Amino acid sequence: MSFAEAPTSRNFKQNASAALRNETLQRAMGYLGFTQKRAEAVARLPEFEALRDQARDIKDHTLKHLDFYLEAYEAKVMESGGHMHWCRTPEEARRTILDLCRSVGARSVTRGKTMIGEEIALNPFLERNGIEPVETDLGEYIIQLRGEPPSHIIAPAIHVTKEQVADTFLEKHAAYGKTRLLTEPREMLEEARGILRGKFLKADAGITGANFLVAETGSSIIVTNEGNGDLTQLLPKMHIVLATPEKLVPTLEDASTILRLLARSATGQEFSVYTTVSTGPRRRADPDGPAQYHVVILDNGRISMLGTEFQDMLRCIRCSACLNHCPVYNAVGGHAYGWVYPGPMGSVLTPGLIGVDQAGALPNASTFCGKCESVCPMKIPLPKMMRHWREREYEAKLSPAIARWGLAAWAFAARRPRLYRALTRPAMAVLGRLGKRRGNFANLPLAGGWTEFRDMPAPEGKTFHQLWAERSR
Amino acid sequence: MQEKSPPKTPLRSPKVGLFVTCLVDLFRPSIGFAAVKLLQDAGCTVEAPASQICCGQPAYNSGDRRDAKAVARGIVDAFEGFDYVVAPSGSCAGMIREHYPQLFAGDAAYEARARNLAERTHELVSFLVDVLHVKNVQARYDGTVTYHDSCSGLRELGVKHQPRALLNGVAGLTLKELPGAEICCGFGGTFCVKYPEISNRMVSDKIADAAKTGAGTLLAGDLGCLLNMAGKATRAGVDLECRHVAEVLAGMTQDLPPIGQAKK
Repeated sequence: MSFAEAPTSRNFKQNASAALRNETLQRAMGYLGFTQKRAEAVARLPEFEALRDQARDIKDHTLKHLDFYLEAYEAKVMESGGHMHWCRTPEEARRTILDLCRSVGARSVTRGKTMIGEEIALNPFLERNGIEPVETDLGEYIIQLRGEPPSHIIAPAIHVTKEQVADTFLEKHAAYGKTRLLTEPREMLEEARGILRGKFLKADAGITGANFLVAETGSSIIVTNEGNGDLTQLLPKMHIVLATPEKLVPTLEDASTILRLLARSATGQEFSVYTTVSTGPRRRADPDGPAQYHVVILDNGRISMLGTEFQDMLRCIRCSACLNHCPVYNAVGGHAYGWVYPGPMGSVLTPGLIGVDQAGALPNASTFCGKCESVCPMKIPLPKMMRHWREREYEAKLSPAIARWGLAAWAFAARRPRLYRALTRPAMAVLGRLGKRRGNFANLPLAGGWTEFRDMPAPEGKTFHQLWAERSR
Repeated sequence: MQEKSPPKTPLRSPKVGLFVTCLVDLFRPSIGFAAVKLLQDAGCTVEAPASQICCGQPAYNSGDRRDAKAVARGIVDAFEGFDYVVAPSGSCAGMIREHYPQLFAGDAAYEARARNLAERTHELVSFLVDVLHVKNVQARYDGTVTYHDSCSGLRELGVKHQPRALLNGVAGLTLKELPGAEICCGFGGTFCVKYPEISNRMVSDKIADAAKTGAGTLLAGDLGCLLNMAGKATRAGVDLECRHVAEVLAGMTQDLPPIGQAKK
């Protein structure tokens, strides 16, 4: 299944409701553990705050001069013997990748983790065209077997329990002669590793994403904890890097500055286990490496976010800190968001990429508690941009009519003190009297959204301004 | 129009405009009077201008900037001429301090006045501690309390140590820290009725965490959050008294039942 082919963001509320009732999901989500580890990692690095400012400035500078750095990057890629492919739409990117795979007669391709691959629904497309895509990140591999999209950016199978993984392996690995129900994560890992080893050796092309593209050297950088990215990009004849323009940074030094924030913000590690820099295809003296190196740059609406109130979103490095710390994400999980990118960063990015008419529910699903912004290594003002999406939605009259009328009526009264007091005083007097015995209401007309789950505390009766006026008389 | 800048050194008897906030005005005026008492005890002259209503946040956060501005203008007008403007709410004070300058950006008539108001506006408890340098309040509260950090006060205004500093000086009171005190309670203004099920999950977790501390009282600095938490506590049958921190600091809990509960 792919969200990119069938977004369900419009149904966020229903999706969330189902997720809250899904006991298996709730058990799998449990305690993420990333937040505690991040806090410890940040506490160990005195310059963490200063690094956040530097990282923000690096990306802001790059975005301001994006055309310049893209050209510089392209020149370096070509100088090192690589090839560049510029794609505006998912369709163009899919077609380009298919043509590249066919040019080497590819039957199977290995895949390092890429969110962009999800964004363009690459796997189902390759399958339809007779090429077997193999996800090599363990979490991605698990959900590929299960036919599910990822529910978290760096922990794509966070929604799956250990028992579900065992069942999936038993069912899908029978074809490889594996017919034992496994109970220990270690055994499952070994089984998957054994099967993936064979796939790595067979693959004709390897597709990875990029955490950074470096203009100075024409390099792409990936970080992984499993080393699967290295095997994906080194073993086959062709390495295809699928990335988006905002991954650019000017220099290797800039990349390493941001790398100091990335793993700490994501998992609380000081650095990911593998950080791999690739520059062009294999050179004569290299012991290994792909014969061909291609970079596919997909725009898919990002360039048009430049210069708008959503530009800051393009600083995002996909660390997932905002997801990990979001109380809404933690309650409902990633699939409820109904498209590729979940959590606060998804609530800002998704309307930008598939339209606020499709994804307007997402920026509304926030209490604006501000936790996401406070942990974002790139200091992206996520709540502010969610508010901007609500403005776009309101201006386009996409929000529910009843909500808009209610708001208009309230705003009409709330700027006319005499009218406002004439309406609210008697209402509070009545509610105060009715609620005196219990102190609250279990039911109130027009307040079902509130009283379905909580009581409505009764007002004291007289309003402050009423009492204040009486006092000053 | 005469503009006042926030005084550089604390005034002996600053003139404070109390921004009551719409929820306190309607639901729990006692919080407003607790604020008045705390401010007067600290030497302030307090007025509560009658033309104030709401900071405009419901419209602002619903994407309706035009109505937000129209409502917010009333606040800018109402609080002209005070040395300080103080609200018993981090959310409403945060709206004025952090968002009015953006909301009125480019508005010839109001931009400068909104900025000036923002500079003069404070959340109540942080105003007492950080601006007036209040070290101690004369109050007694017998019991163990725990404290929830409401999001806007915490993250927009840095309200964290101030309420704890003053609560620790209340006679008879023991403060027990709430695990996850900085996690949102699920109120979020209109969020709690737009997404009631998610909100319910969040507030249920909050009440469970508060109950686990063993404290009999849950305090916070924002009535919105308190209505949500108190309403969940009574619905869930959890024995927890919810109160605004100002009620305790002002020693005004004797005759005032906890939020959402009847007089005993």
